[in-house]
Amino acid sequence: MDINATIIGQTIAMIFFVWFCMKYIWPHIMDAIEARQKEIADGLTAAEKGKSDLAAAESKAQSIISEARGQAKEIVDQASARASDIVDEARVDGEAEKRRQLESTQAEIEVEINRARDELRGQVAAIAVAGAEKVLSREIDAGTHKDLLDGLAAEL
Amino acid sequence: MDEHAGAGQSATDYITHHLTNLTLCRDHGEWVVGHCQGNFWALNLDSMFFSVILGILFITIFGSVARKASKGRPGKLQTAIELVVGFVDTAIKDAFQGHSKVIAPLSLTIFVWVFLMNFMDLIPVDWLPEIGLMIGIPYLKVVPTTDVNITFAMSISVFLLTIFYSLKVKGIGGFAKEFTMHPIAPPTRGIGLIAAPVIIAFNFILETVAFIARPISLSLRLFGNMYAGELIFILIALIGFYQLPLHFAWAIFHILVVTLQAFIFMMLTIVYLSQAHDTGH
Repeated sequence: MDINATIIGQTIAMIFFVWFCMKYIWPHIMDAIEARQKEIADGLTAAEKGKSDLAAAESKAQSIISEARGQAKEIVDQASARASDIVDEARVDGEAEKRRQLESTQAEIEVEINRARDELRGQVAAIAVAGAEKVLSREIDAGTHKDLLDGLAAEL
Repeated sequence: MDEHAGAGQSATDYITHHLTNLTLCRDHGEWVVGHCQGNFWALNLDSMFFSVILGILFITIFGSVARKASKGRPGKLQTAIELVVGFVDTAIKDAFQGHSKVIAPLSLTIFVWVFLMNFMDLIPVDWLPEIGLMIGIPYLKVVPTTDVNITFAMSISVFLLTIFYSLKVKGIGGFAKEFTMHPIAPPTRGIGLIAAPVIIAFNFILETVAFIARPISLSLRLFGNMYAGELIFILIALIGFYQLPLHFAWAIFHILVVTLQAFIFMMLTIVYLSQAHDTGH
């Protein structure tokens, strides 16, 4: 319990330990702690930035997609309009062709009819002549059959 | 205790034995161990030994962690050490306004070292002294902080640092003003000027007493707590077999005391040094 030289020894020991701590312990540990704190803070900032970047990219992608969707719709509309145009055109062409064909056929038929009629007329005339010849060869009485022959000739 | 009782030793002897330091001094030109009462140049070998050993333990553990402190993923020991360092750092940032390179390592050293020295109290009181007796050491007091020399040495170091920083930061004039113009401001003009010397003298006496009381209260607080705790451990050890639950309960309570006293010593050191740096008075 006496106060003695221990007090001096302890003071020297304390000075040494505090000096050692000041020189070799505290700065190193504090450096490590502060460096890690900075790293963590940086990491959090980076994560925050990444998150906002992701959101921005997502909204950009969304706008690109909607734009593309609009373009696709436009293209489809144009294509369908074009298709109906083509169909209409084809229909009009078809109608014209049909009419043309019909007309040419009708013309041909007319020609055929006229030709047939001419032929028929010739044949009828020949038959009439032959009939007349036969009648004449049996009884020639021009006076009696004059009316008949005249009527026949008029009929032709 | 039991063996001592068998050897015819009284309870008083037992207690006295436990509370006696192993001293070394020169007596009539020869080095002697023990019988050093009243000799200032005696050295308490046991206090010094355990104090230095624990200090070395502190700088070894903390130093090894500090040497390979990694900024990346810290190991378990590093995490524990960083927790202590962070705790001390927070205490300093809360209580210390000035800027000083010494305060932080000083506080850390005081906290850990005092904690380790106090912690020796939790080693059962007979173990180390009995081993000492076996190898021929007559007295062994294992808790350095139950030696008033140890606590005084630390509080006086803090006290001297306080004076040093007060003089450094405020100068002699500012330091002297703190002793004379406080707590009652002396009148500076008018009829009251006559009373000024009396007030200054009164302030000086009051502040000086308060200032000198600081290291004494700082050291005696730690010493008293640890000494009382140690004494109770010794008394519990005296009662024989039934000491076990009592010892257990007191040890658990003492864990609190050990930590708290280390913290108080550190905190008051920070506060005193903070006041020494405080120019706003």
